[in-house]
Formats: sequence, C-alpha cells, structure tokens
Amino acid sequence: MPSLQSLRRKISAFKNTQKITKAMKMVAAAKLKRSQDRILAARPYAHKMRSVLSNLSQRVNRTAHPLLQKREVKKVEILVVTSDRGLCGGFNGNIVRKSAEFVRQCEAQGMTVGLSIVGRKGRDYFRRRTWLIRQEWTGVFDKLSFEHAIDIGGDLTDNFIKGTFDELYVVYNEFKSAIQQRVIVEKLFPVDAAVEFGAAQAAPVSAGAYLYEPGEAELLNALVPKHFQVQAYRILLESAAAEHGARMAAMDGATRNAGQLIKKTTLYYNKTRQAAITKELMDIVGGAEALK
Amino acid sequence: MAGKILLEVVTPEKQLLSQQVDEVIAPGSEGEFGVLPGHCHFLSTLKIGELRYRVGDQTSHMAILWGYAEVTPTKVTVMAEIAEKAEDIDVERAAAKVEEAERRLQAGGLPSEVKEAQISLEKARLRKKIAERARKTGHA
Repeated sequence: MPSLQSLRRKISAFKNTQKITKAMKMVAAAKLKRSQDRILAARPYAHKMRSVLSNLSQRVNRTAHPLLQKREVKKVEILVVTSDRGLCGGFNGNIVRKSAEFVRQCEAQGMTVGLSIVGRKGRDYFRRRTWLIRQEWTGVFDKLSFEHAIDIGGDLTDNFIKGTFDELYVVYNEFKSAIQQRVIVEKLFPVDAAVEFGAAQAAPVSAGAYLYEPGEAELLNALVPKHFQVQAYRILLESAAAEHGARMAAMDGATRNAGQLIKKTTLYYNKTRQAAITKELMDIVGGAEALK
Repeated sequence: MAGKILLEVVTPEKQLLSQQVDEVIAPGSEGEFGVLPGHCHFLSTLKIGELRYRVGDQTSHMAILWGYAEVTPTKVTVMAEIAEKAEDIDVERAAAKVEEAERRLQAGGLPSEVKEAQISLEKARLRKKIAERARKTGHA
C-alpha cells in the first residue's frame, strides 16, 4: 500500500498538470479563432485562382509556360506540412504516416522521391529516420505571413523549372472544423484540370474561343507563379488553423483525463486514510481490552 | 441576350462581392472593357482603376488595385490584390493621401522612391475620385 504522503504528492502533481493543459487549451482556442478567421478569408481567393488556372491549363499549350509542362515522371517531390510544436494529438503523426506511405508507393513504382518539409516536427521525424531532406522550413508558424508563402512557392517553382523534380505533391492537414482535420494529399505541379476539387467546372471550351489580354505568354508569366504563392499561403494557413484545432482538442482531452485521475486517486487516498485510522482504533481498542 | 451575370470579387483578405448583375465595366491593363451577359471567354490582367457594375439602373463603384479578371458567358471573376467598395472608402483619408503622395513626388529622390510615390498617388487619386462620386450619387 502506498504511503499517504506519496498519494498526496501524486494528487498535487496531477492538479498541476491539469492546470497546464487547461491553460494550453485556452491559448490554443484563442489562436484557433484568429487562424480560423484567416483561412476562411483566404479560401475563396485561392479557390478562384485554382479554378481559373485549371481552366486555363486545359486550353493553353502546355509548352507555353515552363510551370505547366508535363514531363515523364521520374522524380517526385513531396512537400510535407507539419507543425513546429508538439502536444497536438495525432496532428503530426497522421501527416508523417501518410507521407511515408506515399513515399513508399512512389518508390515502388520506381520513382525517386525528394522531401521538402515545413515544420520542426516533420523535420525531426524524417531526420531521425535518416531520410534525405532536400529543403526545410522551420519556425514559419510563429509569425505566418505571405512572405513565407513567397519563399516556399519560389523555391519550389525554381526547382521544378530546373528539373529537380517532375511532379510535386503536398501533404497537409486541412482545417475542416475546430475539432476535425483531414489529411490531404494534393498535386501541385504540374497544374491539372481540377483534380478532386468540388467546384463545378464549366464545360471545356475550344482553344479558339478564348481571348487574352495582354498576350497569353505575359498573362501566364504573371498568373502562374502567383498561383503557387497563393496556394502555398492557403496550405500554410490551413495547417496553422488545423494545428490549433488539434491542440485544443488534445488539451481538452488531457484536462479531462487529469480530472479523472485526480478523482480516482483522491478516492483511493481517502480509503487508505480511513483504513489507517480504523487500524489504529482497533489497536487502541485491543490494547484497552487487554488491560482489563 | 437576357439574363444576368454573376460578379464575384475576391481579394486575398476576403470575398468582397458575389452578386447577380446586368453589366460590368472593368479596368483592364490594356484599357477598360465592358461585359454584358453572353460575353465570350476572356482573361485579362487589371490595372489600378475603377470597377463599375450595374443592377437595373443602379450603378455601383469599386476601386481595384491590380489583379485578374476571368470572364465567361455567365460569370465574371475578379481576383484583385486590393479592392474596396466606394462606400467603404474614407474620403478625408483618401484626400490626405493624395496630398502626401504629391508632396513626396515633388520632393523627388531616388528613382525607386519616385516610382513608389507615383503609384501611391495614382492609388490615392482613384480612391478619392470613386469615393467622391459615390457620395454625390448618394451611395454613402
């Protein structure tokens, strides 16, 4: 039987833990609100951009812009978007598991795979497994801004043009609601006609019936890189909002579990205490009885 | 051709407008263009300018600062870097900005600074113009 003192210590330790998880939950909730507003505001623009571009990609000649080119797929790049911090439940675990699975699939088809990683957690995971990481960005979520998206989008577009890879996929957590995230694998390069995207698409129009102003080439030059920056930005925002949501849910669970532990241990503590008192009484009564 | 067009204006910050309208006039980089229902497919970059749209005989104005417009027979999608509805623009602030930009332009300096001042002057003038017009027609 554990001593009363050690039980008391345990209870106070649980209480401290509960205080921390409760505070973390509050913080996550506040941050979630902010990042949720941002992603909801940014989504329409990004989705419009994507539908315009995927419409466009059906019509224009693929050789018109280096970023639209389809090459034989030998090298695949995967952009893995994880968080910088832990304690957010299965958030990072789901991502890395999905990514690793995807990598194996690609390798099984004889393609070489490169990794680009956003977030400290993903980097640590793949580094521990000594996988080769081509490029990494950490600490972007502390102060997420469009600059980061330009940085990441720029690096990826440059490498695509250079031929470092022929296709780019991104694995990230989509923010569905405060308590729900969905792991998404999405193809970014080359642009395809709206793949697995809900928006209704207008029937494809023949190439002739389309006007561009200014010329097609200038337009593509302006629009395509912009598109990737916008998409990168959206993905980062999605992931940030999802992270806070996941953390809030995880901390909520942790607070509840701590509460349960406190209750159980307190009950046990009281029982033990009573048992000790009873025992002592018995001793006294027994002693008094013997003196008679 | 009867019918209406769906005008959608989005910026990176938010979706500003999604409305059925009769006519749209947008500031294309190669000149203004008007869109009526049944317009052919068209994709254009936008410069700093004024976007007008008409519902019935009611015309509304909006300031557009760069962006893209995609036109289909039933829909116009405007993706602007910055867009502001006329009634949301603060006239006094816009006027102050015009003055400030003019002063900066006069002060001169490096070519890049001058260019920046020119752009901000153009932006400020546009805002002021649109806001004033909206006020006259009684929108504000």
